[in-house]
Amino acid sequence: MQQDWPTLKELATAVKNGSSSAIDLTHRALERVERQQKKYNATILTLKEAALKRAEAIDRAIAEGKDPGVLAGIPFIAKDNFLILNSETRAASNILSGFIAPYQASAINALERAGAVCVAKANMDAFAHGASTENSDFGVTKNPYDTSRVAGGSSGGSAASVALGLVPFALGTDTGGSIRQPAAFCGVVGLKPTYGLVSRNGVIAMGSSLDCIGPITSRVEDAALVLDVMSGRDELDSTTIEKDKLGYTNLEKLKLDKVKIGVISEYFEQGLDDEVKAKLLKLLKKLEAGGAKVSNVSLPSTKLALACYYIIAPAEVSSNLSRYDGIRYGYSDRDANDLEQTYLNSRGKGFGKEAKRRIIIGTFVLSSGYYDAYYKKAMTVRTKIINEFDAAFKDYDYLIGPVAPTTAFKIGEKSKDPLQMYLADVMTVAANLAGIPSISLPNGLDEKGLPIGVQLMAGRQNDRNLLLMAKMIEEVNSHA
Amino acid sequence: MARLSKDDVLRLAHLARIELSNDEIEEFLIELNEVLAYFQQLQSLDTKGIIETNQVNGLTNVMRDDQLIDYGYAPRVLLKNLPLKMDDQIQVKRMVE
Repeated sequence: MQQDWPTLKELATAVKNGSSSAIDLTHRALERVERQQKKYNATILTLKEAALKRAEAIDRAIAEGKDPGVLAGIPFIAKDNFLILNSETRAASNILSGFIAPYQASAINALERAGAVCVAKANMDAFAHGASTENSDFGVTKNPYDTSRVAGGSSGGSAASVALGLVPFALGTDTGGSIRQPAAFCGVVGLKPTYGLVSRNGVIAMGSSLDCIGPITSRVEDAALVLDVMSGRDELDSTTIEKDKLGYTNLEKLKLDKVKIGVISEYFEQGLDDEVKAKLLKLLKKLEAGGAKVSNVSLPSTKLALACYYIIAPAEVSSNLSRYDGIRYGYSDRDANDLEQTYLNSRGKGFGKEAKRRIIIGTFVLSSGYYDAYYKKAMTVRTKIINEFDAAFKDYDYLIGPVAPTTAFKIGEKSKDPLQMYLADVMTVAANLAGIPSISLPNGLDEKGLPIGVQLMAGRQNDRNLLLMAKMIEEVNSHA
Repeated sequence: MARLSKDDVLRLAHLARIELSNDEIEEFLIELNEVLAYFQQLQSLDTKGIIETNQVNGLTNVMRDDQLIDYGYAPRVLLKNLPLKMDDQIQVKRMVE
């Protein structure tokens, strides 16, 4: 493991002033991607040819006196649910085998306009359904700290890629914790921005009222820069919102004595591991010593967040995944004799078990006779959860808690029991239901040497403030 | 409290147009009932008079003129991924007897 990349700012400066080059950085990333493959399985597709071509073009532009942007020549890895023009995009599911993206995600376009180079596609739970990458049709991604354990999920490949130092940053998606939980399991920074802040055009949809795109990095400063490049209105995604007028870079130092932090009490009741808890309490002590006002706050409905999420998300999944019909793209069963059998066979053989489970749960909660008791009920519980967060942010600048109840679990430990796997999301789903920004930050290691994460949340569209405080936590934690 | 029977699972799978194997039906029957039992806790919260949340960022419908915008997505490129096609048209299996 060698998480040895300098900051993104330093990397781009070095590429621009000639002390490094896009082609050197790209070669370094590509070599590392190839070297880890067998042991960790963090990536499922290498984009060697396209990456080298782009890197050459960036170096040429610099030689001609042009400025390729704030991410000049910086290699990155995108989760496999991002469409990258002319390359295979499968969301780690066999049903999309052979699907060549005919256009490109807006987020990838924005990064390329800033000079970044995508070198590989990261492994993930198929269609982002899962918390361990065990639902990938391409095998599990192993945890960089212990290969008998999972890297988390669904963006497990992206988080492992950054932890292994393959690239300085990676992209993930977060519907119920899929950026933050693997970031915590792999000891890196994972940011889920405010809902709507980053365009989802060209990203394979899971739960459209919940899905967010965000960066996974080694440090807060880098996450802020990537967010700054990707965020803002996009006419190709009508749910997007304007970015902060100040942007997300040049983060000034926050005065801790002006900060009020609420500790979500419910997150301490739900089978929280002792070491995860102790490390969090230790951090809170340090923040208090720095002048921050820290007190407990109760958000009682967050106890119901997981049940609420696992109704709403599968409902949206059942709708979003109806497009995989064996007619327009992806796997198509050739033995069927009529149209209906084409649907039944293509979806039956093409989807993995977890996608099927979620589609069927979603179909059930939306079906006549059960809609009010399940789906409609969940949508009202969602309102309650939102109201409680809004009320808490009137009294507190930030809310804090663990990312997950435990550190990385063993491969196979939960994969036979869907409900146990769903419970891995118990502390992350509420931020998605409320649409608020939330970041996972490294918070030391447990006795087994596995990374622990801490989760910081702020009010909607307070992403800049969230990053300011995240930077302070990073600083406080840097002197142990 | 709803409990699914084997027939329910089959009906739902057919609504979702997914052919399940016998093993999958047996497995899903147990798992889905566990998940539904977990959902039951939502009934403990009184949500009378509370309006459902459909989306969270407060945006309302945006109107624009009905004009063609060229995003550079060539139809021929979009059709490349079709499993079955004929003369750049989508081909499907028989629909009616």
